[in-house]
Amino acid sequence: MAHPLHTADVLGGGSTDIGMPLRHGLDLIPRAQPDQAPATKKDFTSDQEVRWCPGCGDYIILNTVQSFLPELGLRKENIVFISGIGCSSRFPYYLDTFGMHSIHGRAPAIATGLATSRPDLSVWVITGDGDALSIGGNHLIHALRRNVNLTILLFNNRIYGLTKGQYSPTSEPGKITKSTPVGSVDMPFNPVSLALGAEATFVARSLDNDRAHLSEILRAAAAHRGTALVEIYQNCPIFNDGAFDAIKDRDQQEARLVHLTHGEPVRVGAEGSRQVLVRSTDGRLRFVAETERTESDGQIVVHDRHDPDPSQQFAISRIDDSRMTHVPMGIFRQVERPTYDDLVRGQLDAAVAAAGAPATDADLAALIAGKDTWTVA
Amino acid sequence: MVIRFAGDSGDGMQLTGDRFTAESAGLGNDLATLPNFPAEIRAPQGTLPGVSSFQLHFADHDVLTPGDAPDVLVAMNPAALKANLADVPRGASIIVDTDEFSKRNLAKVGYAASPLDDGSLDSWAVHQVPLTSLTIEALADFATLTRKDKERAKNMFALGLLSWMYSRPTTSTRAFLTSKFGAKPDILGANLAALDAGWNYGETTESFASAFEVGPAPMAAGTYRNVTGNTALAYGLVAGAHRARLRLVLGSYPITPASDILHTLSGLKRFGIMTMQAEDEIAGVGIALGASFGGALGVTSTSGPGLALKAETIGLAVSLELPLIIVDVQRGGPSTGLPTKTEQADLLQAMYGRNGEAPLPVVAPRSPADCFDSALEAVRIATTYRTPVVLLSDGYLANGSEPWRLPEIATLPDLSVEFAHERNGTDAKGAPVFHPYLRDPETLARPWAIPGTPGLEHRIGGIEKADITGAINYEPDNHERMTQLRQRKVDGIAATIPPLAADDPTGDADLLVLGWGSTYGPISAAARELRTQGRKVATAHLGHLNPLPPETGEVLRRYRRILIPEMNGGQLALLIRAAYLVDARSYARVRGLPFTTAELVEAMTAALDADPQEGR
Repeated sequence: MAHPLHTADVLGGGSTDIGMPLRHGLDLIPRAQPDQAPATKKDFTSDQEVRWCPGCGDYIILNTVQSFLPELGLRKENIVFISGIGCSSRFPYYLDTFGMHSIHGRAPAIATGLATSRPDLSVWVITGDGDALSIGGNHLIHALRRNVNLTILLFNNRIYGLTKGQYSPTSEPGKITKSTPVGSVDMPFNPVSLALGAEATFVARSLDNDRAHLSEILRAAAAHRGTALVEIYQNCPIFNDGAFDAIKDRDQQEARLVHLTHGEPVRVGAEGSRQVLVRSTDGRLRFVAETERTESDGQIVVHDRHDPDPSQQFAISRIDDSRMTHVPMGIFRQVERPTYDDLVRGQLDAAVAAAGAPATDADLAALIAGKDTWTVA
Repeated sequence: MVIRFAGDSGDGMQLTGDRFTAESAGLGNDLATLPNFPAEIRAPQGTLPGVSSFQLHFADHDVLTPGDAPDVLVAMNPAALKANLADVPRGASIIVDTDEFSKRNLAKVGYAASPLDDGSLDSWAVHQVPLTSLTIEALADFATLTRKDKERAKNMFALGLLSWMYSRPTTSTRAFLTSKFGAKPDILGANLAALDAGWNYGETTESFASAFEVGPAPMAAGTYRNVTGNTALAYGLVAGAHRARLRLVLGSYPITPASDILHTLSGLKRFGIMTMQAEDEIAGVGIALGASFGGALGVTSTSGPGLALKAETIGLAVSLELPLIIVDVQRGGPSTGLPTKTEQADLLQAMYGRNGEAPLPVVAPRSPADCFDSALEAVRIATTYRTPVVLLSDGYLANGSEPWRLPEIATLPDLSVEFAHERNGTDAKGAPVFHPYLRDPETLARPWAIPGTPGLEHRIGGIEKADITGAINYEPDNHERMTQLRQRKVDGIAATIPPLAADDPTGDADLLVLGWGSTYGPISAAARELRTQGRKVATAHLGHLNPLPPETGEVLRRYRRILIPEMNGGQLALLIRAAYLVDARSYARVRGLPFTTAELVEAMTAALDADPQEGR
């Protein structure tokens, strides 16, 4: 399902069309042979004992990913999971694919080197709120702006778990932790807003215990060619238990979760008490009761995840607050832009093609000789 | 013959020096060069901090250093004169551009009166040449050019004059100018006219007695080019990857004086070289390591501050046991230090600058051309032993140049690598499994099993691994065993390195001078001079700093006196004393410049004259 778009279509008039069609996220990666038995969850489960705390949200995410991977139809040797440091970063050990448990914050950089030099691999980054947004913040934003063909799963539990309970860059202001005995004075990041600000091409949010929703997001993220950032709200039962109860609680969930659907108005709440997002004349977004809405409330906001201008997607990411009154879920943004790795390889392939053939000994001899040589007999 | 061109950093002195070097190389002279320029791109005009210079030593015999003191100083302004005069021995020649000796320019550098008039230069042979006005005059016919444009050609006038003085043909400079300014006929014409005018000025005025001729130096047969260390190093990496049949992937962040390696490799896409300019130093090495995991030859290039930032990732590479090359072009430190000057003070950082016991091989080139061979050697070690290797160049090697006899590509060592392709063990039930840390018994290298290989799926990481299986393991005995295995693997490389040999012509020298890296030239030149005085001096040089070559201890123990000159605080001396319990003395300088032959002659003489028991 290669897309017919060319680089010039998305880069705009001033750019050079290098004649490279945009691709599906899994293009160039070898598929499993049709005669092979389809892979199952078991094929992706390693022999390592899983060592997260009982009740950790990571278990459900691992289960969901293990169950989801077979449907990609890839050969498992062509799948690589790279993680940083933190509880979530143990993830690769439990998957029977190639994997690297690297160092704190650096997984996006390592994955960039791998994905760019190996187009035949499906590369996934597993990271957490501390790993991705604190120590590794720089690598994250640069991976997003470059648009390397990677899928980044950011497990956000709003706490440091592995170091035993300090506040993280997504902890709410005032948070009492071991390192903030009278409350955190840090302003938290909203990972989705940050990713949109970094001009990410695919940004989504899901919840650890909603397997169907998470699977659907993973499916779209894997199909996306470019850096896909998926924020997954994940419960830490030891150091931040219940952080997401307000949106997991069946009674409150409907009033708080805003499921984003492309081409549809942004709505929240049950039938009868449903609210719809409108843009007031001052430009601000706010929810109004759907049945009482009047023209003077402003225009209804229709979600457009393919809009190249991220302004409205960003505004939607900001309707949330630390009390989780309205929490948007789903795909905020999904646009096509040439990927860094395709462009890097494209320049290289073009140079080799222009020369006619890969470099030989004679080409190398000519290179090192340069233009000014002399001979001593 | 040693010539130093000095002027404002905007005067084109580096270009002038480069061209004179190319002309000299073309004549078959042996040579060595030393560019010296400020860190600022354009420091305020006419000031001391803005002075840029280029020194060239050329001769009809083999040249080991860029020369201590210039025989000729070309000073394009009062600042250049003032900044360089102390290095010019009395009796040597000085050529000055008198047009620049205005009251204002003199005042900028604190000259109350012009040194050209007050007799203070009487001990030198001063040639006063109005270079600027002569250049403008020579370009009178170029109506479309502004006065400023014309002034800018004065470096070519100076080059023409010096080319006449030393009988250098200007053909290669003409070709160079034509390719550089071909699209701008006016500028090209002006530069060529200024070059000719300078030559003609030398020929027709009587202020220069006669032209000198320096004949070709006797050199081994072959085809030569002149090469800087950074270029040779980049080409060595390309050749190494070519001979290893691996894709070279460079992850790098720009930093002086290493950036030229990034620039050179970025232009070699036709050779399949992939370069990525990263967001920071850490990402640069991360990209390289990621590429190595995927089966490429991952390389990162940097200088001292960057090496500090990369330390944790290099430690990961030690633990993952994957090939990786870290090029450190050393500069003056600590911190930002002296970005454009040279130093050797990253040796201990390269050796030990990581948490935990994290040994890795360290290789250091001895001359600009040797950067090629050292890069090949780094590739050999990294791929054979599946280990990160630090390649320690320095600012002097990076920008200095010398003639290089071009190697035959086909005769370079075959570095081809075999990736793992099948399972190498069985589990408890007898089923075949892959053990990522089952080592080659000879090299202790582990298999390089790259993603995409069916059946070899495995996980590696920075957490301690169980011997053989690579599974996470925190057991005390296992950690100690793995630590020892990593150390033994690096130590074992020594078996593939040529033993250390002393250059000791009489065989009974009173002093051994041990060097490493770029001090090779000045140490050898100083030893040669002392031998002509009848002193018995031996030298030995280390290209491998870790592991040290076989027989290092034997060589050291053969001599009563050992002197280690280094451009740092005595780092190799510390290592040698610790490893061999010998009384090695340190001659340590950190002036941002290579050693001069004269200062090493003095230091070696003092060492020879000292009682070896003194100070014990």
